[in-house]
Amino acid sequence: MAVLAPFALAVLVPFLYPALGRRIGWLVALLPFSLFVKYLSLIPPIMQGEPIFINQAWIPSMGINLTIYLDGLSLLFSLLITGIGTIITVYSISYLGAEEALGNFYVYILLFMGAMLGTVQSSNLVTLYVFWELTSISSFLLIGFWFHREESKYGALKSMLITVFGGLAMIAGFLFLYLITGTFEIREIVAQAGKVPGSIYYLPALVLILLGAFTKSAQFPFHIWLPNAMEAPTPISAYLHSATMVKAGIYLMARMTPVLGGTLEWFYILSFVGMITLVYGSFMAIRQSDLKAMLAFSTISQLGLITFLLGINTKLAVAAAVFHILNHATFKGSMFLVVGIVDHETGTRQVDRLGGLARLFPITALVMMLASAASAGLPPFNAFISKEMFFEATLHAGGAPFTAWLFPAAAVVGSIFTFVYSAVMALKVFFGPLQAGEGHGHGSHHTHDVSPTYAVTHGHDAPERAHGHRGHDTHGSDHGSGHHDHEAGHGHGGGHHGDPWGMVLPALALASLTLIIGLFPGLVEYSLVLPAASGAWGSAVKIPHLALWHGFNPPLFMSAVVVLLGLLGYRYFYRLRDVVESVQNARFNLNVLYDRGVDGLVKGARWLTDIQMTGYLRDYLVFISLFFIAAVGYTVWAKNGLKFTGMDLAPVSVYEYVLAGVMVVATLAVLWMPNRLAAILSLGVVGMGVTLMFILFRAPDLALTQLIVEAVSLAMFLLVFAHLPELKKEIVSRSEKAINAVVAVASGTLITMLLISGNATRLFDPISRYYVENSYKLGGGDNIVNVILVDFRGYDTMGEITVVAVAAFSVYALVKLRPGKGGKQR
Amino acid sequence: MNQGSIILQTIARQALYVIMIFSFFLLGRGHNEPGGGFIAGLLSAAAVVVLYLAFDLAFVKRALPIDYKYLIALGLLMAVGTGVGGMLFSEVFLNQSFRYVHLPFFGKLELTTAFLFDFGVWLVVVGGTLTVISAIGEE
Amino acid sequence: MELLMSLVIGIMFAVSIYLMLARSMLRVVLGTVLISHAANLMLINAGLLKRGAPPFVTGDKNLAVVDPIPQALILTAIVIAFGVTAFLLVMAYRGYQELGSDDLSELRGVEDEH
Repeated sequence: MAVLAPFALAVLVPFLYPALGRRIGWLVALLPFSLFVKYLSLIPPIMQGEPIFINQAWIPSMGINLTIYLDGLSLLFSLLITGIGTIITVYSISYLGAEEALGNFYVYILLFMGAMLGTVQSSNLVTLYVFWELTSISSFLLIGFWFHREESKYGALKSMLITVFGGLAMIAGFLFLYLITGTFEIREIVAQAGKVPGSIYYLPALVLILLGAFTKSAQFPFHIWLPNAMEAPTPISAYLHSATMVKAGIYLMARMTPVLGGTLEWFYILSFVGMITLVYGSFMAIRQSDLKAMLAFSTISQLGLITFLLGINTKLAVAAAVFHILNHATFKGSMFLVVGIVDHETGTRQVDRLGGLARLFPITALVMMLASAASAGLPPFNAFISKEMFFEATLHAGGAPFTAWLFPAAAVVGSIFTFVYSAVMALKVFFGPLQAGEGHGHGSHHTHDVSPTYAVTHGHDAPERAHGHRGHDTHGSDHGSGHHDHEAGHGHGGGHHGDPWGMVLPALALASLTLIIGLFPGLVEYSLVLPAASGAWGSAVKIPHLALWHGFNPPLFMSAVVVLLGLLGYRYFYRLRDVVESVQNARFNLNVLYDRGVDGLVKGARWLTDIQMTGYLRDYLVFISLFFIAAVGYTVWAKNGLKFTGMDLAPVSVYEYVLAGVMVVATLAVLWMPNRLAAILSLGVVGMGVTLMFILFRAPDLALTQLIVEAVSLAMFLLVFAHLPELKKEIVSRSEKAINAVVAVASGTLITMLLISGNATRLFDPISRYYVENSYKLGGGDNIVNVILVDFRGYDTMGEITVVAVAAFSVYALVKLRPGKGGKQR
Repeated sequence: MNQGSIILQTIARQALYVIMIFSFFLLGRGHNEPGGGFIAGLLSAAAVVVLYLAFDLAFVKRALPIDYKYLIALGLLMAVGTGVGGMLFSEVFLNQSFRYVHLPFFGKLELTTAFLFDFGVWLVVVGGTLTVISAIGEE
Repeated sequence: MELLMSLVIGIMFAVSIYLMLARSMLRVVLGTVLISHAANLMLINAGLLKRGAPPFVTGDKNLAVVDPIPQALILTAIVIAFGVTAFLLVMAYRGYQELGSDDLSELRGVEDEH
């Protein structure tokens, strides 16, 4: 149950934080590290094809269990979550100043860790869904970590709305799968996978589940939340919004490949969505002036690449997909960490104001060189291998004839853009003339990593804002003033010279993996990649060895084209960016659509509420009565329930007629009495009439009670009258009066008809016989009513005296405890 | 002190005892004949209300120096207590039981936990009613 | 008898609903008192009227008694209605004291709560 460990620690953090302060980061980092070691130790058995399985019943009656299932695929993700989690936690110790709400931060990050581990390890679709939504919630909390800023709130809400919408669609899809297979257990569903594609529920299940995956993994057109999610602290962006959480959608698609995959629908939906996302994301990344926005779009594009591979759905493609998941986490994570360092040290992330930083931060520059070389797909880095596999897979994708040229072409185009922005991030920022942003002039540090110029300001994502990127002057002034605010109170020192070791070392550790895996792919081939691919494929996968060199083949040629055109693109970067922008500006904007949608939803809900929630008691009562009349009246009419013959009647004596007459007159008198005393007395007459009725109807207990209640109530009314105004004649419009009368008379008529029909219709024997027969035997009493009250239905009486107590205390509070007089008892 | 009529005051004083005794009588026999916690509680409260009407609040407060709110709490506690008490004897919550006891002078006497429950009801009704009336009356 | 009671109860419901739709807080309270009377009568009416002795166990097994369940329900309902009436009354006069009105059309919470 290692999944639960982060949750347990999250509960403890608020208690430990006051004692430990900033040092708590080390304690927190210990947890993912030890889990990482534990998962490493699980590699050998899982390599042998022996998955780990733990079952804990949760709601067994509904087939919902807390089932942990660790196969190669889950293990790969678990290692990423804990491994990168360790690095991120260590990094953030230096990244976040002591004045930040560190307690919250570590609670959220542990919450996320546990939720993410639960998502990738649970083998029950319902528990998977629960953990899935928990990741959305922790992501919401982390994006909104600096909750006092509008952009953070906007970004947090946007990510939440979009991913939770997808999550809801996904659980609906799971229910369709349940309809087909009759189980929520993934392994049992996989066992019955043959039944799924032929079912009529296949297409709805597929579409709904993919909606969940696409929203989570920021696939076009649901990608719009990811750039706004960059409002989170940079280590969080690196962890959640690049390395792990956004890959939950990928995980789901990989997990579902044996069940839903292999059909034409799967092939076309996934490969086209992935392809569009890949090209679009890399294209958009070029035009971003903010390094983090650039990374956001590059992440979108890389996620598209993995989706694309899963859509192609050959053994090679699936293996390439899982391998690229690993590689992407290593290089993109490092790139994020480097951007975080740059921002932290210089106070800006604007590409156009940074340059030559290698002179100030040589090791940071080295990390960025490694990571972006991997990102660009250069040998001998790990992503070169996965990219070659990707090219190979697109060449043998199958499908319609046009895919044979479209897929490889799209792959090459996307890779060229990827090469260009990778080169910009490494070469433009770290080499050339020294430019360290405006922050340099201030000569101080910035703990906040998001500069005010960040493209997401004012509720639009990067493309919107970047329209004005030519106007650098305005940026500059914004920037300066914005930073003065941020700097207030952040005094922790140090100049610009020298790498900040606390952040550089974790980044270096991650980035070095790109080279190690690239040079020695065998390290991960049998331990991670093949078991994971087998988990996704559903049976053992064998592919040609992972290696840098496969001879002169088409993929190598494609890589060469990418490098050549990419270098050209970097040479003419600014001209390229202008071209991209001119294309982009004319485009229909998805963010505007989202904003209008949310706006419309809120307005619509308000309009709908305003119609009925008028604030007038009368209106509510009219609505309730009308609904009662309509619903009950219609049902009785439609079911032919009205019956006026065959009533079971007791005889009526003359004085009973008189009593009834008196009651009717007294009731009407309450309505027409001119002053309140007369009205109360009329009401008292009704009450006494009811008492007499109880006597006639053989209910001595009731008669006694009613009598005393009448007396006490009267006393109460009289006491209160001292404080209330005299009844006024109601000044009401004629139409309002008419409506009131119609509603009242209609309700009364309906009730009379119901009572008559109810009397005329006896569907079953009364249940009172049991009480009559057992009152003495089981309750030891002769007064059946009393025995019912205190014994048979003791619970009801219990509740009832509680109501009396609550009413009494409320009255006391209303009278005695008054705010405005100091809220004190008088 | 007050302008209440002497006749009403004299009667109210004597009536209090009579009504109270009758109230307990109703409470005690409620299990077998008309009566019970609700009726008895309301009746007892009514007796105090008569006192309010005849004298004034200050007088009643001196005569009966009880915080009625505690009666409510005590009553609820008692009712819940009989329920929980049954659970100690591995019965279901609020499952009442009864015994007959033979006493030398009084003859056969029935002891029921239901009576305790009903007494709780009595306390809540008395406390609740008087809390409301006195709160309003003191305004 | 049941037919007659049905008519009486219907009239009581109609009047009480009309009262509750009024603007004066006091009329609303009167309406709630009346509607609880009507509901109690409705319950006892549903259990059939006057079909035997009061519901007590006697030695005579063959003696019919009236349905005890509505009586048990009503007994609790009477006391609850009393508590609710007390609460509404006090709310009415405290509201009048604080806000200077017992007209419900003037008591509408905050004008724009959004």
